[in-house]
Amino acid sequence: MEQFFLDPSIYTLARGPLVWLAFLVFLIGMFYRVFTTLKMAKKEKVIYPYLNLKYTLRSIFRWLMPFGSISMRKHPWFTAVTFVFHICLIATPLFLTGHIELWHESWRISWWALPVSLADAMTVIVILCSILLIFRRLYQQDIKFLTSFSDYIVIILVALPFITGFLAHHELLLEYKIMLTIHMISGEIMLIAIPFTRLSHMFMFFLTRAHTGSEFGAVRHSRDY
Amino acid sequence: MEFKRKPVTDIGIDETLNRVDEAKIKKAIDWVLNKETSARLKVFVETCMRCGMCTTSCHHYLGHNNDPTYAPAAKVKQTIWDILNKKGNVSKEDIKKYARITFTECNLCRRCVQFCPFGIDIAYLIALVRRMCCLIGVVPQYIYDQVLSHMQTTNMLWFRQDEWLDTIQWLEDELRAEIKNGKIPVGKKDAEVLYLAHGLEAKYMTGLITNMAKIMNVAKVDWTLPDTDGWDYTVKALYAQDFETMGKVIKTHYETAFRLNVKKIIIGECGHAFRTAVYEGVRYLGWQEPPIPYIHGVQLFYELLKEGKIKIAKKIEEPVTIQDPCNIIRYRGMGKMLRYIVAQLCENIVEMSPKDDHNYCCSAGGGMIDSGPPWKTARIEGGKVKAEQIRNTGAKIVIAPCHTCHKGIEDLNIYYKLNVHVKFLVDIIAEIMEIPEEMKP
Repeated sequence: MEQFFLDPSIYTLARGPLVWLAFLVFLIGMFYRVFTTLKMAKKEKVIYPYLNLKYTLRSIFRWLMPFGSISMRKHPWFTAVTFVFHICLIATPLFLTGHIELWHESWRISWWALPVSLADAMTVIVILCSILLIFRRLYQQDIKFLTSFSDYIVIILVALPFITGFLAHHELLLEYKIMLTIHMISGEIMLIAIPFTRLSHMFMFFLTRAHTGSEFGAVRHSRDY
Repeated sequence: MEFKRKPVTDIGIDETLNRVDEAKIKKAIDWVLNKETSARLKVFVETCMRCGMCTTSCHHYLGHNNDPTYAPAAKVKQTIWDILNKKGNVSKEDIKKYARITFTECNLCRRCVQFCPFGIDIAYLIALVRRMCCLIGVVPQYIYDQVLSHMQTTNMLWFRQDEWLDTIQWLEDELRAEIKNGKIPVGKKDAEVLYLAHGLEAKYMTGLITNMAKIMNVAKVDWTLPDTDGWDYTVKALYAQDFETMGKVIKTHYETAFRLNVKKIIIGECGHAFRTAVYEGVRYLGWQEPPIPYIHGVQLFYELLKEGKIKIAKKIEEPVTIQDPCNIIRYRGMGKMLRYIVAQLCENIVEMSPKDDHNYCCSAGGGMIDSGPPWKTARIEGGKVKAEQIRNTGAKIVIAPCHTCHKGIEDLNIYYKLNVHVKFLVDIIAEIMEIPEEMKP
């Protein structure tokens, strides 16, 4: 943060104040979305009376476990790709040495980091999976029918920080500092976009599963997986 | 890929659209969007990632040669997403398309919900669009006629109260040809059980009531039928999403039970009535659960067999397969009970694949068979998967404990030449159970 006031530039802006902004918007936006959804759900009288913790947890567990549902078993390739994609997508930025150093620099906290070469490979995996997801949208008939322009934007939004991060790390295409600035800005855009786009499925997942899991388990006595 | 369908004429849809204007359409849509929906619609629409995991779960998609416009999410895209994108300003042509998709290309079987990573309730979204159509008055004629009948007579077939009493009287006469002093009590106060019948059973399929009476007499159940309107357990208003009529019918059932001071209500083998009576109907009336136990035929037979109140004289030897009706299996988990019953009745059971709560819908439920002859082709095409499932078992008898599945599979049987007999549990049990010597005429 201080760096920006000492030496104002796009680089220090993206490295300091924008990070703060992105995290604030992400966290507040996320809480706001969850809070308003829970409040709206009260208006529908058929949600809260039927919620059931046991079946909520069963449902979430089944769908977070690879091949835990009949749906995933019927789509083994897609399941494998999405699981690898999501794990790398979340784990890489959280356990990247470079990112942890930044946390340490500002807040004096640090945690276990991924070996650099592994993190590098995981980044490539995210990029490859994004390409696969785009190809799937382009060439699989039923998904092509469902896809609109915004679906490609969402994938690109997610893939961009990884592409730029990879390029910056290997000092390809553009000068390191410029690429790093683009990397930071794209990451911040992604964080800000999460509460306001369909990327919000990262937390809405738990709410919809709670409802459907409870309905299926506690009321209908059947499986939702 | 375009939405391409052969033209079908349905007075209930086409004629109504000639009468209404865009203002009325907008009013109905706004009412549903503003007054009747909230978090579920918003979250379900915003969370769908268009991943396509639901696609192959749908028998309509598979039955129509993998036409993407039949995939569950595609049906949602072409209806509720479209309405939301247009902010409710939709044309008559749009409504016609929505009605066709929601009434005749979806059975509300909720199999796709089991396949969605987010558990998005696709059937709920489709039902919402049906609700909009219903408020405009755009409902397939055959469904609407039955709903109107429910409004006035509380049964589905314009049956009058005196016709009902008369029918039961002559059924009792017939019963006495098989059971000595057999009784069909009507309007008996303080009985243990109130038995409700299917509208069709009173008018065309009376053998089902006689057979149930036979079982009740042999098992010595203290039962009664209603002596007033409200004896028909069907609630066709569910298909049109006409909540007001649905509430009225369900309320009549429960009120009749309280008036006769019975301990529980038992219905025969029907899916949608059970679902409405324990979910949609009671929730609409403001109860969390049914105010008195509401028992399905499968649960009844399970108890009677388990407690030894009826005994089987000779099991069926031909290969038999089991149809799992969505409304009692996926909606109430009766799969194990059903299998216990069938194991008591039959020697040779060949299961369909997939089975139990992952079973495919018969393609007749959720109002599709009630949409009547204009939409029969849509139903038969959607039933291709079910027909293949049955053919692969090699069974000679299909046990379908649901009126809709029963009729739906009978039609599939003829069209796909499956050479099977479709049977109700009640018919099989009445045929092969032991009748004590003293009860024989």
